[in-house]
Amino acid sequence: MIVRWAAVAALIVGAAVFPALAGKYPVKLLQEILIWGIFAMSLDLLMGYAGMVSLGHSAFFGVGGYVAALALVKSPGAVSGLLLPAAAAALAALVIGYFSIRVSGVYFIMLTLAFSQMFYAVTFQAAWLGAEDGIVGVPRLAALGLDTAQPLQFHLYLVGLVSVGALCLWRIVRSPFGHVLRGIHENEPRMEAVGYAVNRYKLLAFVIAGTVAGVAGALYTQLVGSITPDAFLWTTSGEALLMVIIGGTGTLGGSMLGAAAFILLQSLVSSYTERWMLILGLTFILLVLFAPGGVVGALRGRVGIRS
Amino acid sequence: MALTRTFGALSALDGVSLSVASRTRHAVIGPNGAGKTTLFNVITGQVSPSGGHVLFEGRRVTGLPPHAVARRGISRSFQRTNLFLKLSVLENLRLAAGADGRGSWSLFGRVDRLRAPLERAMETAEAVGLRERLSAPAGALSYGEQRQLEVGVALATRPKLLLLDEPTAGMSPEETLRMTRMLEGLPREVTLLIIEHDMDVVGSLADRVTVLHYGEVLTEGTFDHVKRDARVYEVYLGSA
Repeated sequence: MIVRWAAVAALIVGAAVFPALAGKYPVKLLQEILIWGIFAMSLDLLMGYAGMVSLGHSAFFGVGGYVAALALVKSPGAVSGLLLPAAAAALAALVIGYFSIRVSGVYFIMLTLAFSQMFYAVTFQAAWLGAEDGIVGVPRLAALGLDTAQPLQFHLYLVGLVSVGALCLWRIVRSPFGHVLRGIHENEPRMEAVGYAVNRYKLLAFVIAGTVAGVAGALYTQLVGSITPDAFLWTTSGEALLMVIIGGTGTLGGSMLGAAAFILLQSLVSSYTERWMLILGLTFILLVLFAPGGVVGALRGRVGIRS
Repeated sequence: MALTRTFGALSALDGVSLSVASRTRHAVIGPNGAGKTTLFNVITGQVSPSGGHVLFEGRRVTGLPPHAVARRGISRSFQRTNLFLKLSVLENLRLAAGADGRGSWSLFGRVDRLRAPLERAMETAEAVGLRERLSAPAGALSYGEQRQLEVGVALATRPKLLLLDEPTAGMSPEETLRMTRMLEGLPREVTLLIIEHDMDVVGSLADRVTVLHYGEVLTEGTFDHVKRDARVYEVYLGSA
């Protein structure tokens, strides 16, 4: 236990001091990994713990990103950069979740996918959201004595926020609520039969996951300084899904590993060939065939690390 | 109640009236397809009746979703073992025991700090004879132990009315005897409605017996009364 916490602390500190050790490009890669990692972790809460496979998680990433862009252009405070995007994503998740959790399996996948594509269609058309060009020139948050226009301060803010988000999720899956989610995943009708209002638990899980995804979207907007309708595209959800599976569903930490593997592979291979998706696809096929539990699953099998 | 449930043209329950007195142990017997499990499904809200209603403690529970029926104090076990197979015995029982508390909404709390469900789970494990198997995954238990846990999960919710759907199904004679002893040991405050094919179990447990046949009540009474009924012998006991 102490070893594990020490490892987590070392990782956080390592990520925080990374700019002192590496150049601009590796730092940007790390920042992307952290953002996609927390986004994938939020999806893992749904997939790996509650057993709800969603292909519409991009909706919340996009809502967070767009609301942050709109608000930060007006005023660069913490409300604009963090609270408002999180609240908007939570609200979107509440509405989408309310309808989607009524169905399960393939229907849940299709419904969440449809909702996220609706956002794509709307933002693609809406002139006040910059239509297909999106919103550009978004400033970064400046609040609480932080001026994240400074690269280092932004980095520390990013590492801090992602760490807090990850620890919250880590705590949630081990809480009584998290155990209820596992019960629902294992045997939903029996949970219903012993007295759990299953849909309410699923809805809360959906809202939590959506909120965290919204924060990831807000961070992403500030990282690149812009947001486009592509954030809502189903490929955004699909990539997060791949990251979760690569890392190992139901492991949380695996999602961060999966994000790292995905983004590193992408940047590595794409510097040699345009066809990086092909290489990634092959890697993914091999991984699913030979390590169906993902990277973490394979490690647990080898080293005997227990959950 | 006069419950009716039709599945298309098939009438699974046809005007069944059944009244279970508080603190009694009431058995429902009858040949396969008599509508026994359908009766349970209708009482617990898994299936809504085509006609009629269910009253519990003077209030209608018909139309309530299963979780709400469970929260009123009606709990059931299933004929086909219906557990959380990847979770431990303790976790199976703890989940069931925690269903009635607000503690299960805690996002940042710790599971082992929720005293009441944990204690209830331990008590239940003791009652169903699984105290030694707390950390075993439910999927790794023997069939007999899974049946014990099946009853345990239903019992851990602290029901006022416990519905047991063939708790001894597929059990060896020794396991059946152990299950019967366990059920006899349940506190009288728990009203029992039990579907059972083993007449020894029914005989030693039930205060009253209702015989279902083709979705209708054939007769009702004490076990001895029902046993002597020629019609019951003809449709059920003769073949059993």
